[in-house]
Amino acid sequence: MTLEAFADTIIPGEQRWPGDRAVPGAATGGGAVTSGALDLLVSEEGGMAGTLDTLALGLDDHATDYAERTGLTLDPAVPPFVALSFEHRTTLTAELTARDSPDQELWVALAMFSVMAWDTGAAEHTVDAIAAGHPGLTQIGFAPPDADGLWRFPDFSYGRVLAPSHPHTTPTGDPA
Amino acid sequence: MSDTDSTDVLIIGSGFGGSIPAYRLAAGGARVVVLERGPWLSGKDFDHDFKFGSASTRVFEFTMGDGMNVLGGNCVGGGSVVYFAAMPRAPRFTFERHGSLGRRLWPGSVDRSALDPWYDTVAASLPISRNDWSDVTYSGGLWAAACAHAGRTANPVPAAIDKSSCTNCNWMMSGCRFDAKRSLLLNYIPSAVAAGAQIRPLHEVQYISRTADDGYRVHFNTLDEVDYREVTGSGTIDARIVIVAAGAAATPVILQRSEQALGEMPAAVGRYFSGNGERLNTAIVNEDKVREVLGLSRPDGVAYEGYQIGKGPVCASWDKLDGDLPEFSRHSLEQLYFPPGFGSILAQVPDATGPSWFGVQKKEILRRWKSWLTIFIMSEDDNEGVFGPPPPTGNGERIAQQMLSRGALSYEPTANTLAGWERADADVRDILERDGLSRVMPWTNEVIGAYTVHPLASCRIGDDPQTSALDDRHELRGHPGIFVTDGSAVPAGLTVNPAFTIAALAERAVPGIVQAAIDRGVGVRYVSRPPEHATVSASSPVGAGA
Repeated sequence: MTLEAFADTIIPGEQRWPGDRAVPGAATGGGAVTSGALDLLVSEEGGMAGTLDTLALGLDDHATDYAERTGLTLDPAVPPFVALSFEHRTTLTAELTARDSPDQELWVALAMFSVMAWDTGAAEHTVDAIAAGHPGLTQIGFAPPDADGLWRFPDFSYGRVLAPSHPHTTPTGDPA
Repeated sequence: MSDTDSTDVLIIGSGFGGSIPAYRLAAGGARVVVLERGPWLSGKDFDHDFKFGSASTRVFEFTMGDGMNVLGGNCVGGGSVVYFAAMPRAPRFTFERHGSLGRRLWPGSVDRSALDPWYDTVAASLPISRNDWSDVTYSGGLWAAACAHAGRTANPVPAAIDKSSCTNCNWMMSGCRFDAKRSLLLNYIPSAVAAGAQIRPLHEVQYISRTADDGYRVHFNTLDEVDYREVTGSGTIDARIVIVAAGAAATPVILQRSEQALGEMPAAVGRYFSGNGERLNTAIVNEDKVREVLGLSRPDGVAYEGYQIGKGPVCASWDKLDGDLPEFSRHSLEQLYFPPGFGSILAQVPDATGPSWFGVQKKEILRRWKSWLTIFIMSEDDNEGVFGPPPPTGNGERIAQQMLSRGALSYEPTANTLAGWERADADVRDILERDGLSRVMPWTNEVIGAYTVHPLASCRIGDDPQTSALDDRHELRGHPGIFVTDGSAVPAGLTVNPAFTIAALAERAVPGIVQAAIDRGVGVRYVSRPPEHATVSASSPVGAGA
């Protein structure tokens, strides 16, 4: 739940059900979580699986510390990071991923996986993800493939001269 | 296939720096073995798929450093498999650069005129073609039209792409499924193999030692084909000549690790790394303005929305490639496509009121992804990269099964580099924000530091032994018979895509390597004929990975 809340802070989405605590619905359309962020994080290929428990604990510790610093009272019914509002999660995530953060690399890696889950759907084959209406690929407008699962764009060019060439261009088309 | 434990020439890496000498030396009669760390994939393997474990993660290496991150090839064919095939020659002034040294960085024997015949050789060998405006994609066309609107010029960029088979799918960063991109798998590599060279994938060289007969012994590990963290075996091969071409992020690491066995390395091994002054800006384009201001419209009536369509960079602004401008103020601006994932994480929200690279507003600009235009800056950095002590194996500690590792490179941009980036950013804004065409932001350097797809100069040629690890024949100072022919030999950033220059330098180095081989008792001659041109990329011979 904590990792879901973090992924949703990176690329937020609509609530999956009424009262969804990890995904509070800060944006319309599916976010990182419904795009498979957790699947990607636990994937054998990604190399993150062994560190996830530690990362979740770390996020909750930072959330507890953040709440103490800012005078917030956290709902004990959910993990501390989840208990933060979306705005506070955003502020804390900005702190954790900032250049002067001691563990910046860890949180940036977690953020990268969250973005990649949303805009590449890397937990599954891209053709399958698109066919299943993957939230991120759909929202960025990633074009579907041909019937054989490969992409081709026969219409690709304005087809006319659009700028003067550099006056010193060589006969081979290179800079002088 | 039986294990070969000795050869005439042992080559580490199969990118431009490795495959070019592999072909020429094998064709000239030498026994050649190439050890390549990555797998051997070919056209049919280059699936269009972002899934972890597909070609897109198998053939790439993203090595994170302290302040600099390097994206490079990790497969047979090296960078040529994952590159965008943009092949401009380096402008004349780059060879005269002084950097912060106060004297010429390149050896006195190398300038554009001296390199032009070698550029010609590579152009004929791949081959490379001029692009016409009919080849220029929507994104390249938009960039050109914006340049013209700003009173600037723009050029279609020469490329190593077969136009007749290219589908403009823009998946070329994970290899070309259609064999339209002229990677080394279509020319130098099959010709090297035909001439008898052995190419062994999944062989990661760890270090080099000396043999009793004044030769060299190359020590390698073999790697699992799925999980590159898994070492499956190890071995050695003896050779009279060793060519190190593991890429500028790995070559110095192998040499550093070899120091204990070989003796002191030149001081410039693992210093003076350049990221080619690279930086990216992403514009979020106003479709209405593209139509109104630039008069652009596609046949379907859409003004642009063409970010996904194409073949990488096809159009560049070369107005600031002007030798009369002072150093650190010259750059090229090239339209580029980067797939989502790596190509979106660092892009920033214009006028962000919260975080600029994640969150609600980031999602909003990602929803306009079809209207993105990314501009690639190649400027003059200050060779400020330094490699720390080598990791236990490879060139970094592997984090994921594939693609992701952490290396020992650190890079703190100097005021010169930062000022160059700032000028280039301003140049992009000046062109693309005119009359409301778009809003532009550079990618953030606050999250992972700087990044490059063109690592250079970490083991460079030069005339000064203090600041260059190689002499002007690419021989490692103090270690006769070891040559370096990859991007690490290029002395400094080039202000353009460097693959063509790396390849030309490798071609130029071959006659000297042939002579060194002859001097060391190898029966070989220099062969000038170009490699054959295949239409189907070379796949691994049965047993090559064994």
